[in-house]
Amino acid sequence: MTTTTTAEGRLARRFAETRQQGRAALVTYIAAGDPDYDTSLATLKGLGEAGADVIELGMPFTDPMADGTAIQHATRRALDAGQTMDKTLEMVRQLRRTDQQTPVVLMGYYNPIYARGVTRFLDQAKAAGVDGLIVVDLPPEHDDELCLPANQAGLNFIRLATPTTDARRLPGVLTNTSGFLYYVSSNGVTGGAAPSAERVQQEVARIREHSDIPIAVGFGIRTAAQARKIGAFADGVVVGSALIDAQASGDTPAEGTQAVLELTRELAQALTGAR
Amino acid sequence: MNQQRPTPSLRHGPDPRGFFGDFGGRFVAETLMPLILDLEQEYDAARQDPTFADELASLSADYVGRQSPLYFAERLTEHLGGARIYLKREDLMHTGAHKINNALGQILLARRMGKRRIIAETGAGMHGVATATVAARFGMDCVIYMGSTDIHRQQPNVQRMQLLGAKVIPVTAGDGTLKDAMNEALRDWVTNVDSTFYIIGTVAGPHPYPALVRDFQSVIGREVRDQITAKEGRLPDSLVACIGGGSNAMGLFHPFLDDPEVALVGVEAAGEGLDTPRHAASLKGGRSGVLHGNRTFLLQDDEGQISDAHSISAGLDYPGIGPEHAWLHAIERAEYVAATDREALDAFTLLCRKEGIIPALESSHALAEVIKRAPRLPADHLMVVNLSGRGDKDMATATECLADELGLGKPDQQD
Repeated sequence: MTTTTTAEGRLARRFAETRQQGRAALVTYIAAGDPDYDTSLATLKGLGEAGADVIELGMPFTDPMADGTAIQHATRRALDAGQTMDKTLEMVRQLRRTDQQTPVVLMGYYNPIYARGVTRFLDQAKAAGVDGLIVVDLPPEHDDELCLPANQAGLNFIRLATPTTDARRLPGVLTNTSGFLYYVSSNGVTGGAAPSAERVQQEVARIREHSDIPIAVGFGIRTAAQARKIGAFADGVVVGSALIDAQASGDTPAEGTQAVLELTRELAQALTGAR
Repeated sequence: MNQQRPTPSLRHGPDPRGFFGDFGGRFVAETLMPLILDLEQEYDAARQDPTFADELASLSADYVGRQSPLYFAERLTEHLGGARIYLKREDLMHTGAHKINNALGQILLARRMGKRRIIAETGAGMHGVATATVAARFGMDCVIYMGSTDIHRQQPNVQRMQLLGAKVIPVTAGDGTLKDAMNEALRDWVTNVDSTFYIIGTVAGPHPYPALVRDFQSVIGREVRDQITAKEGRLPDSLVACIGGGSNAMGLFHPFLDDPEVALVGVEAAGEGLDTPRHAASLKGGRSGVLHGNRTFLLQDDEGQISDAHSISAGLDYPGIGPEHAWLHAIERAEYVAATDREALDAFTLLCRKEGIIPALESSHALAEVIKRAPRLPADHLMVVNLSGRGDKDMATATECLADELGLGKPDQQD
């Protein structure tokens, strides 16, 4: 179980670094296999150098109930291009050949993991160099399904807290959460309206009363200006749908990748001067 | 897995975490969890509240038209030459199907919870019409999500919903059927969680929905117990119902779960055949998975990607099934079979011609099993079939499929 770069190590170390540098970490989401395997791998490999501190890699699912149209279409494109869980894990293995530092978190829905078998999935993810998991449709009530086995396997299980997570639920949400907490800035699906920074700041402060776990804020953050506002107080800023749109914006897949990396650089720069 | 000591009754599920055996649960995003817990609490309170039961009973009688008749299908029985066949006439209820039983119960819960906006998914449109109906009756805003394929094949129901004041939003994702409509309804719910009550139309979704929908539909089975006892002096030998998500079947079966002498038969949609990919039989052709808030049997590939279901009847066109059915299947308390599109169409025609009743294509799947089963059974076998809905909405599909062989729409020759 003990390796030189354990999962706990990579995410914890990255947030310790960015805290020390006095800035928020940039957490970027891309959908694995969008628009095809090779392009997606090229994007993934470029993200770290462009300034992504943590990478969320979306595991495509036919029924992404918590996602808006941008990510719905991206995961559809990936599945249509033949993306599988094996290929998603292979992308992480490829990345780890050149990048041993950037934490990678797989994000998606439970059924593709359940279909593979939890133990088999965790073994393969760990071996590929995955650091953590975000599984949208597993609330703390179902920790025995995946969260506890993942923690046992040395993978962080990153939970979402939302505006509806009240004081009664918050301790339960924080229990067994590790790596960071993903604060969903508004009720709704990914790619929605921009949150009010003032309200989010109050919510983040409320959570900090219960825990010193790093808190990354996501949903609706698209631009450098928005990232700067949230980055002024949050430990991390998550950008997803805007990067998905960038990937789809190019005339060729390679141009899409360049657009993603360009936006990543802008966002990273914004966070450097946010405080 | 903690094995609980088996209780003598099969009617006590689900457990406090929402499980029937391995099936069920609350697999939803954190945003929805507090609301689902509130709903569970409110439902528990409503169940203890006699005024809730009284209001539901009164509206069920005077607004819906309950109880629904249990009709002895004399000519069908004679034609098949075996079991005595009774039809539970849910098709005669207000809005033309059993769906109103659940919609009415849930909108009373919505009002208790102070919600003013109602959303629902619909396949054939019967649940959408039932929901739009009760939303009009209680003066609430109503938005119905419906797959674009289903909108095309169930036009009359789309117009009925709009006439009743509901907004019908077409869903183009996937195959544009019930599963996609449910995804979109969940997205709406998570966005408008403070104002909105989601009236789920079947015995699926996160706990407590499978239990509360079942309870509101169990009026069907309770009435059957009384009616068959009055007519025949004993309980039936078998109950037959069609299954998409499984609410009309669950409503019929549940009051009989503890009567082992009563056989329970659920009929899934075999579409173009179970040996093709174009069917909707999750128990016969699927395996355990997690979708739409519950663990149940799902049509899916090796990667856990959900397959698009197919059935001629929009109401059965769903790749999952309610978790309590998955459990009844696993413990073998109920038997699950399937009927093809063709078999359903033949049953549809037979009931029209023998009994003067146009059944819904969904219910025609149950009748297709009756056609196979009844002739092999003795004349004293009592079989109750849930005629869950009427077929007016299916005229376009029926005409398309049966026009040539039945000469529909052509001028008839005088004999």
